[in-house]
Amino acid sequence: MARKQPEKEFNFSRDMIPDSDKVPALLRELRSDAWQAYQELPFPTMKDEAWRRTSLSGFDFRKIQLPNGKEVPEKITGSILTDGILAKKSIALLSPAGVKINQTAQSIKQGVIFSNLTEAAKKHPDLVKKVLGKVVSPRDGKFAAATAAFANHGLFIYVPKGVEVSEPLFSIVFAPWEGTAHFFQCLIYLEEGSSLTYIHESLSPENSSQPSLTGENVEIFVGKNANLKIAEIQSYGDQVWSFSHKKALVDRDGYLEWEIGALGSYLSKHFITVDLIGQGAEGRVSGMFFADQKQHLSYNTMQRHLAPRTTSDLLFKGALGGKSRSVWRGMIYASPGAQYIDGYQANRNLILNSGARSDSIPGLEILNNDVRCTHGSTVGKIDQEQLFYLLSRGIHHLEAELLIIQGFFDDIFSRFPLPEVGEQIWMKIKNRVTKK
Amino acid sequence: MSELVINNLHVNVEETEILKGVNLTIKTNEVHAVMGPNGTGKSTLAYALMGHPKYKVTKGDATLDGKDLLELDPNERSKLGLFLAFQYPIAIPGVSVANFLRTAINAHRKAQDPEDKGISIPDFRKKLKEKMALLDMDESFAGRYLNDGFSGGEKKRVEILQMATLEPKFSILDETDSGLDIDALKIVAHGINTISNKDQGILVITHYQRILNYITPDFVHVMLNGRIVESGGPELALHLEEEGYEWLREKHAV
Repeated sequence: MARKQPEKEFNFSRDMIPDSDKVPALLRELRSDAWQAYQELPFPTMKDEAWRRTSLSGFDFRKIQLPNGKEVPEKITGSILTDGILAKKSIALLSPAGVKINQTAQSIKQGVIFSNLTEAAKKHPDLVKKVLGKVVSPRDGKFAAATAAFANHGLFIYVPKGVEVSEPLFSIVFAPWEGTAHFFQCLIYLEEGSSLTYIHESLSPENSSQPSLTGENVEIFVGKNANLKIAEIQSYGDQVWSFSHKKALVDRDGYLEWEIGALGSYLSKHFITVDLIGQGAEGRVSGMFFADQKQHLSYNTMQRHLAPRTTSDLLFKGALGGKSRSVWRGMIYASPGAQYIDGYQANRNLILNSGARSDSIPGLEILNNDVRCTHGSTVGKIDQEQLFYLLSRGIHHLEAELLIIQGFFDDIFSRFPLPEVGEQIWMKIKNRVTKK
Repeated sequence: MSELVINNLHVNVEETEILKGVNLTIKTNEVHAVMGPNGTGKSTLAYALMGHPKYKVTKGDATLDGKDLLELDPNERSKLGLFLAFQYPIAIPGVSVANFLRTAINAHRKAQDPEDKGISIPDFRKKLKEKMALLDMDESFAGRYLNDGFSGGEKKRVEILQMATLEPKFSILDETDSGLDIDALKIVAHGINTISNKDQGILVITHYQRILNYITPDFVHVMLNGRIVESGGPELALHLEEEGYEWLREKHAV
């Protein structure tokens, strides 16, 4: 029986899937499966538990087009990853107009694959196969399915066994463009004993007047005893609706450090999962977000302890101005066999304006009896005693508030792999707070 | 020479009148001590002068060189040259002592000269190093988060460090001696004596005579029930140390 379509669902059809003969078989298979999943999965509504506080009703999905392949490159402006940070580094630039990758000779020499996904699927199908669609399944959600089916772009990063990549890799996604959807897949595979630092930024052209959309699937595998530091910064324009499914598997004694910074978008809904699958694996996730006007930022984070003696530590901090809204739903899960684990989750929110609101909901699901799990969540305004203290030293009211906000984010900024990244994010926030 | 004049000051905290007409004039190069038992309004005087929003002035006025303090925001009062060393300094996690001090210095410089571009990093470092040495503070202090996890003594030192860096015309030291052991007290007092040259007026608010062994007041005032009931020279403090406040309560029937 055909399911009744909601009124405002995407106008996408099978023939829009980029799966011509030129597309490698591996990707064609995934797209086909994802299309199946896409058709089967219902469009999320606020009746779904995971979407209960996030409404999509203000968005007309029917109007969203896929890029037509005739896009002309635009100059990237407003990037946090400045030329100074990027000088002489390996970098991938992705936009609807195409993919451009520069890899340093040093990183090539180390055997690192830093490639457009289509190309990687042709040249290294056996490697791509290990993660593609396996960490994030198209069946994880409607947008995961749409992303896997219609992905315009992908990035594949592979680090061979025992290789410690000496310089960070960078990528910038400059999308979506007005009225269109940009679907992006990012795959990272670290072999045993390897290490990598990877910094990714997403931003969109300024001055868009039409709503646009992004879908992102990020699939990460951190091998035994491997070490991955990943930092993501998002500063989309205020017309962008952003959806993502991001998941990392961390194998035995592997270590994952994941920093997430979000400043932009009109509405964001992100599913972020860390699966600790091998004994001794550790995952640390740090997030910061700043929102104002009518922004809505929503995170569902999941720390899944699937093996004994695993450690997870998650801290998300948000500052909310204007009439913005944030939703954080955290979950620590421990499987029956995952004894002696240590899990921590916290979400702290600073409300800058009485019109802003923050929902913070931690959760635990522990299926064995020998664990250490703690959580915390707070929502509060700027402390008036702190403010008075700063004012009493001659500091102007706005400047004092800025200091308090900067201090609030400082522990997260200091976790970003390059101090310049935290500084640049702070400059953006400062400019926004000062403009009002 | 500058002058801080407090005239018939009445202050309410949440509908309750705490100060009931305080009169006090302080000139630069004078050290005044306000003493009195707990709950008589000493700290209220300090907070009200600095402009804490909880302390509502209902009557009277306070001027600095003729300028009405009471209509100014706390930051404007600071820029006019008023400083309060807090009894309970506030922690601001994530903001380093250095970042905070530089922001404060720059706010003061800008008040003097709107075109000022701020103190240069080398100049600031030099200044900070010099003032910290004065208070026997380790340089690593500059990188620590402001008052966050500081011991009582460290907090008080950082208050005096701020006083030393901002070079106010008038400083109110609100129970700066409380929570200090004798060694810390000596260091803090030495710092205060060194920085309070002839250009500063100081108001020491204290419970005990102890700090006055190190910072010699020119005038001692006793506050009881929201008013200054007795004023005198340094000998008054010594007298109070021996006799307590009871004789003053009887004398003034409070």
